[in-house]
Amino acid sequence: MNPVIILNNVSVRYRAPEEAIGTFKEYAIQVLRRNVRFREFKALNNVDLQVNQGEILGIIGRNGAGKSTLLKVIARVLIPTEGRVRIRGMVSPLLELGAGFHPELTGRENIFLNGTLLGHPRREIESRLPEITEFAELGAFIDSPLRTYSSGMVARLGFSIATTWRPEILILDEVLSVGDEAFRHKCQLRMEKYRDEGATTLLVTHDSGTVESLCSRAVWLDHGQIKAIGSSQEIVALYRESQ
Amino acid sequence: MENSILATESQSLDTVEFTYDSEKRKSPALEELQDILQYKDLIFQLIRRDIVARYKRSVLGIAWTMLQPLGMMIVLTIVFSHLFGRVEGYAAYLLSGLIAWTFFAQTTTAAIFQSVWGGALMRRIYIPHTAFPVASIGTGVVNLTLSLVPLLFIMLILRRPITWAILFLPISILSLTAFALGVGLLLSSLAVRFPDISEMYQIIIQAWLYLTPIMYPSDILPASYRIWLLYLNPMYYQILMFRVPIYDGVLPSLPLSMIGIGISLLTLAIGWIYFSYQADKFAYTA
Repeated sequence: MNPVIILNNVSVRYRAPEEAIGTFKEYAIQVLRRNVRFREFKALNNVDLQVNQGEILGIIGRNGAGKSTLLKVIARVLIPTEGRVRIRGMVSPLLELGAGFHPELTGRENIFLNGTLLGHPRREIESRLPEITEFAELGAFIDSPLRTYSSGMVARLGFSIATTWRPEILILDEVLSVGDEAFRHKCQLRMEKYRDEGATTLLVTHDSGTVESLCSRAVWLDHGQIKAIGSSQEIVALYRESQ
Repeated sequence: MENSILATESQSLDTVEFTYDSEKRKSPALEELQDILQYKDLIFQLIRRDIVARYKRSVLGIAWTMLQPLGMMIVLTIVFSHLFGRVEGYAAYLLSGLIAWTFFAQTTTAAIFQSVWGGALMRRIYIPHTAFPVASIGTGVVNLTLSLVPLLFIMLILRRPITWAILFLPISILSLTAFALGVGLLLSSLAVRFPDISEMYQIIIQAWLYLTPIMYPSDILPASYRIWLLYLNPMYYQILMFRVPIYDGVLPSLPLSMIGIGISLLTLAIGWIYFSYQADKFAYTA
């Protein structure tokens, strides 16, 4: 047992104004009238979670159950309102497809842009360039602007960049549902290879079949709380029953 | 019984080295500074993206960076040279102020838009929050350096002497950069919460341009206005520090430089600290 992710009593509270205040003017008026009422919304409520090295943990739950918030807290994007988050190792979140890419830049230029966004130094990206291009199966398209790519190509490039560096903790949010069957299989093989090498993976998906086949453990989130945690077969069965 | 097991477990965890611990964080401003230095390659890529993507589909490409201020200068010179005809080499006077102003206006505006664009990205992956504002200022410095070419060209045409004082320019540019970054950071932290700050700022920057002696000589201002438009106008010092070594060919006076640089560093410090403290909340404003 070698914990790489530890969450203790983690809560995330959004303080949303009751009425949507979009503009500065409106805000100023509301504040002057002492009229801003806030509605508290707990996206995560007292979550305790420990993930060990080498696990592929599935996270399931309905929309708005707090799945993405949980990933954000782990990826250091969101500082929890309460509780403590501790992480050991580099977290690589696979970007939602297209985010961080620029349509006018070539595939090669986008690899450098995306790679540095993920925090890798330029020299390292340079040395991994052949590997990234090959896995993404871009071929001659590598020097064409990204706007000429098919959505499948963009997806392959994104996955390829994010997973070229053997991640210590890989975060996948609904990304395996894109791309064709062959590429999905390739992604799966790569994830399994990394798992065998000791990488930890967090997988969020609506497809409970994927969780069953890929994950060792699963967490069922509901209204920001952990409803159940256990072996993926068990949790998926429970989840399906409730639907 | 169960409790005691948990206790020993958490004790052993305390000896483990964590890469990230939400409870053990340094001061946000320092942490931000440390992170941005680690991400310097990203800054370079973002600057490159801004410059390359902008001109990718244009024939003249990067030449536009030099043609733009030149075009603006020609229009304004035609309009104003009669009015301010007594200003020697009016075109050079105008252009030297205009270039510094354009840098400030463009980079602060870009910083706001970049923060909003980057905000979407920063809700998904960790990137130092200052990366986008810093990169837009960096893009501005590249453009500013390029627009020195048409400026020197105009100086030569008007037969104005170019002196050693021009070597002071890097200091002027650094001061201007620090000021622009400070203002850009302050505006960005507001714009993430209130998107219409950027619209409001467009009006302010327009007014500010006309209230700063860029198109007109400062001595036409009545004495009663001077304290407001000159001495209390931080851009007045920045413009002078940039203009004097080129147009007048002399070093800016020591008090002027001290005040100018002082204002810049103070603005940068305030902007940086405020922005870093606000940055944790950015992800909450979904």
